[in-house]
Amino acid sequence: MTPPDELAIEVKGLVKRFGDVVAVDGIDLEIRRGECMGLLGPNGAGKTTTVEILEGLQEPTAGHVRLLGLDWKKDATKLRQRIGLTLQETRLVDQLTVEETVRMFASFYPRSLPIEELIGMVQLGEKRQARVGKLSGGQRQRLALALGLAGDPDLLFLDEPTTGLDPQSRRALWDVVAELKSRGRTVVLTTHYMDEAEVLCDRLVIIDRGRVMSRGTPQDIVASLGVEQVIELEAEPALDLERLRPLPAVVSAQRHADRVTLRVKELHVALPSVLREVEAAGGRLRHLSTRRPTLDDVFIGLTGRSLREGAEEKAA
Amino acid sequence: MGSLGQLMLMRLRVLWRQPEVLFWTFVFPVATTLVLGLAFRNSALEPVRVAVADGPEAPALLARLQGVPELEARALELTEARRQLARGRVSLVLLPGSPSPEALVDPSQPEGRTARLLVSQALAATPDAPRLEAVKATPVSEPGNRYIDFLIPGLLGMSLMSSSLWALALPLVAMRGGKLLKRLAGTPMSRAHFFLAFLLARTVFAALEVAFFCAFARWLFDVPMFGNYLALLGVGLLGAMCFASLALLVSIRARSEESVGGLVNLVSMPMMFLSGVFFASENFPGWMQPFIRVLPLTALNDSLRSIMLEGTSVLTLGAPLAVLAVWTILPMVATLRWFRWV
Repeated sequence: MTPPDELAIEVKGLVKRFGDVVAVDGIDLEIRRGECMGLLGPNGAGKTTTVEILEGLQEPTAGHVRLLGLDWKKDATKLRQRIGLTLQETRLVDQLTVEETVRMFASFYPRSLPIEELIGMVQLGEKRQARVGKLSGGQRQRLALALGLAGDPDLLFLDEPTTGLDPQSRRALWDVVAELKSRGRTVVLTTHYMDEAEVLCDRLVIIDRGRVMSRGTPQDIVASLGVEQVIELEAEPALDLERLRPLPAVVSAQRHADRVTLRVKELHVALPSVLREVEAAGGRLRHLSTRRPTLDDVFIGLTGRSLREGAEEKAA
Repeated sequence: MGSLGQLMLMRLRVLWRQPEVLFWTFVFPVATTLVLGLAFRNSALEPVRVAVADGPEAPALLARLQGVPELEARALELTEARRQLARGRVSLVLLPGSPSPEALVDPSQPEGRTARLLVSQALAATPDAPRLEAVKATPVSEPGNRYIDFLIPGLLGMSLMSSSLWALALPLVAMRGGKLLKRLAGTPMSRAHFFLAFLLARTVFAALEVAFFCAFARWLFDVPMFGNYLALLGVGLLGAMCFASLALLVSIRARSEESVGGLVNLVSMPMMFLSGVFFASENFPGWMQPFIRVLPLTALNDSLRSIMLEGTSVLTLGAPLAVLAVWTILPMVATLRWFRWV
């Protein structure tokens, strides 16, 4: 059990309802100071609602939330001075320049970082005099990050910070998060990119339909699946999943379009029997590969759905 | 510079860097006033045109009519004369005949009556006894009591109202749609500063608007100024603040620019007619007057008009200025309480 003063965020029994819709259905969180915590889940899982309650932008229907030992009901102003955030998408003022925008946001905080430093951190030095309306999507998102950092926050919330970002912007964001962690700041980010979660986050919470499905370090979570390898194959004619599932060492079998994904324990046991099955069906193998399991496999294992998106899944 | 200064700079930059805002603030009111001013310009009446149909007595009749300055008479062939009467090019056709000539007039044309009176008067007088000027007429058309003089202060009030409403309501709602309000709500920014910045930046532009209006009213239409320019400016700024505050109230909930546009029209349209922009609000029935008195545009227009045309001192404008102050403070309080940030 972590001592309470070590906790940056403490959430118990968080519930948020919008009419009949339950967006968050009893979430508990404990986030330590100085760690980077990732909230992972598909679109509509309740990540953004959870984060916006933590940011004080929405009120919970029920539950208990404490940030940095403070309470939104009593210490809202103090809390706003100590947190920073980026929303999924913010349309800033197009007519202002990058520098003017940063200067305005910095003026809201009693203890703000120098304008130069903020612009430098997100590598927008060359664009300081450019109008916000003329920036690319990635540059705007980096500007949004600089605004989140303006008050030198103890606690930074990033809601899907790299969705749709170019590699340079992505890299800049990762560097900023690493830099913050090295200075003992706490970062909470939501994402549906597995690689990002694995690189940046010390610990993860996987959320689906407003509930916590799994939590732990990325390695622990993958290990908890009880799967050592993943086999992906395509055969002609298509294989029957019902015949693959009972094979030795196979944990689960799924089909997306023509491709069959098998999660297995011992590869050397599973693979020969799978190949025999292809041969017995008189089929021809068009593709075969094996890899280590990722967080996406964990999510599919937990929910039967892919983390990445609901839309693709419906089409399949 | 503190956050209030930065927020004000933001508003001023946004307004200044958008050419269309400058157009609506400066060019549009001038264009409107120019068109209305030309349409309602007081010009002397043209002489009444009459025709005398061809006939033996025609030259004699024509000679007698041409002696009257208010008449423009000419001889025409009968069918042509009738055609011109039908088209309104002449107001009366005189048919020579004995013992007395006959006049054709269109009964629906007011000028026909004038023409008949002028013609009968001209024909009744004998050449040796010139027609009698029973009443001596002195033309009166002095700056200060023409329609354009009434119109200019009302148009200034209307222009301050619509630019305040639109220049605040639209960007606020766009900021809500683009989640910028939500983002700002996540900072320790003072919310009172945020709204105050909108109001103060608006008054900077309103000051330019008032100065510009006074200048062109003076140079283009020769509208006099009997009062104090500073008093006019002060009242104009209070009016702009008041409508800016109403604009905040109008945008406390709306999410789309269409819906807030409807609300702005709902607020401004009735006042355009009731509050004495184009005609005096005294024309409305007595039971409506107490209601019309407490409308902010009525208070603004009445104050602007009496400063400009009667030289009234601000000190005697307590009642209308109090109306404006109340309409500034109440919406501001409601906005601070109920404004939707998220």
